[in-house]
Amino acid sequence: MSDIFLVAEHKDGELKRVTLEILGELISQGVQPEVLIVGAPDVQKVAGALGAKGAEKVISLENPALAQYTTEGYTNALFQYLSTKSPKAVIAGATPQAKDFLPRLAAKLQAGMANDCVEFNIKGAPITVRRPVYAGKTSKQVSFVNGPAVFSVRPNVLPLPADAQKSPQVENISADPGNVRAKLVEVQASATKKLDLTEADIIISGGRSLKSADNFKLIFDAAEAIGAAAGASRAAVDAGYAPHDMQVGQTGKTVSPKLYIACGISGAIQHLAGMRTSKVIVAINKDPEAPIFTKADYGIVGDLFEVVPHLTEEFKKLRAHS
Amino acid sequence: MNTFVLLKQVPDTETKIRLKGDNSGIETGDIKWIVSPYDEFAIEEGLKTREAHGGTVTVLTAGPDRCVEALRTALAMGADNAMHVKTDSDNLDTFQVAKALAAVLKQNNADLIFAGKQAIDDDQAAVFGYVAEFLDIPSVSVVIKVEMANDKKSLRAHREVDGGAKHIIESTLPCLVAVNKGINSPRYASLPGIMKAKKKEIKAFTLADLGVAGESARVSESAYAMPPERSAGKKIEGDAATQAKELVRLLREEAKVI
Repeated sequence: MSDIFLVAEHKDGELKRVTLEILGELISQGVQPEVLIVGAPDVQKVAGALGAKGAEKVISLENPALAQYTTEGYTNALFQYLSTKSPKAVIAGATPQAKDFLPRLAAKLQAGMANDCVEFNIKGAPITVRRPVYAGKTSKQVSFVNGPAVFSVRPNVLPLPADAQKSPQVENISADPGNVRAKLVEVQASATKKLDLTEADIIISGGRSLKSADNFKLIFDAAEAIGAAAGASRAAVDAGYAPHDMQVGQTGKTVSPKLYIACGISGAIQHLAGMRTSKVIVAINKDPEAPIFTKADYGIVGDLFEVVPHLTEEFKKLRAHS
Repeated sequence: MNTFVLLKQVPDTETKIRLKGDNSGIETGDIKWIVSPYDEFAIEEGLKTREAHGGTVTVLTAGPDRCVEALRTALAMGADNAMHVKTDSDNLDTFQVAKALAAVLKQNNADLIFAGKQAIDDDQAAVFGYVAEFLDIPSVSVVIKVEMANDKKSLRAHREVDGGAKHIIESTLPCLVAVNKGINSPRYASLPGIMKAKKKEIKAFTLADLGVAGESARVSESAYAMPPERSAGKKIEGDAATQAKELVRLLREEAKVI
């Protein structure tokens, strides 16, 4: 019996990678969690993906009404199950969905919580986590000194675990979504099937130097050629060149991809804060004095309107050969 | 409509963060304090709701004395009333702050509550959920559009989810709506607004007044640490075609990220 619970996240039947990243870290710290799946359409598939990375126990909370995510439905179903246990920790990936229900679940559990953690010590007494604050300008340790620990872990920070080939024991439990007062009445899919910026491996971002929304096509084309997500600086978003969900930085999204390519972004302190934990940073900018160059692993002083199309071509060649 | 807006006073986004000598927190000496940017969208949405559906807008914050300035900014923008839960420091945890805010909201029978999706200092994005749960009312987060029903008994909120998709949520009132950038363009305070705001009474509460002084913190914080400095790396020379080609080679062979 584990008193550590990992809430798995799945989308379109596929398990999210961040769930496996957390699972791997827990196992490497010597903890085998109970993995909770809510409303999965294909439990065997999701459980199989969890087992492949070492999960031994999977709980499937099931009810037709949980097929679509609602804040209250998920909160109630999880609380109903967890209240029959004595959880020491409840963990999820720091995704838009988990960040929506986790605070409510923590309140129900009378627990403290911490979002967007980049490290945790599950065997600590108390359990501790580290989380960036001030959009990554600094970070702090949070200690769960009183009651269960509820926290979310930022995607792309922990490595994917090695294959383990377990066949997890799956327990199917009928769950009650309770009284859902905020109902989902319509889903408007994105025009393109995009990965959320916070979960992307590679991000290519454009700044105000793009000069128009139409010119952002340059960024989208480059991103598509290498399978990246497209981002934008605040200046570009405020100028109306890109929608706000593409904004990287303070008052936008904090990201930590493997590769971040900043095109025509000068590197204001708010932007740098939001992307400084990227593994590799590339800056393309006409101005050799742009602050972004002081943080970039690779710098290209040049006109993005000339460099980016060539980069797109190189990406395409690379893809064609691999 | 009895509309409330939750707001937090935070350091300006331009602030260079410096740590205290013992790493127990940040130096706040020369910080310029502002209303958290997402909360400005919440204030504006409250004012727009009043303009369309009547009622009053009350702004509410918890924090030390300096937070009165943030409330005055909201009053100058046009809020009717302001309430302040006085605390000795910023160091109540999310649980305690939410308990205090929920107590005020309950006493005042708020039927619509706006908040920013997160404060830009702690980036915790959790107070909204705790408050809604403590009040046992529905919540919708990361909202970029709100449409009130004509009978003012329900609303439709458009929330942003992964990768550009949107969920349209229909909720009964009372409801807590945590808003994202893009929902509106916050107005500037007018000069008469600023003059009027200076004279307005701000209703203050202590934690004891609200019956929540006994709530103990669930978490403690310590060991602040600055991220490792990044330094400038290689500059890639040549014409655009050469630069692009060399960059892809380096990303593949040296950095091994593509």
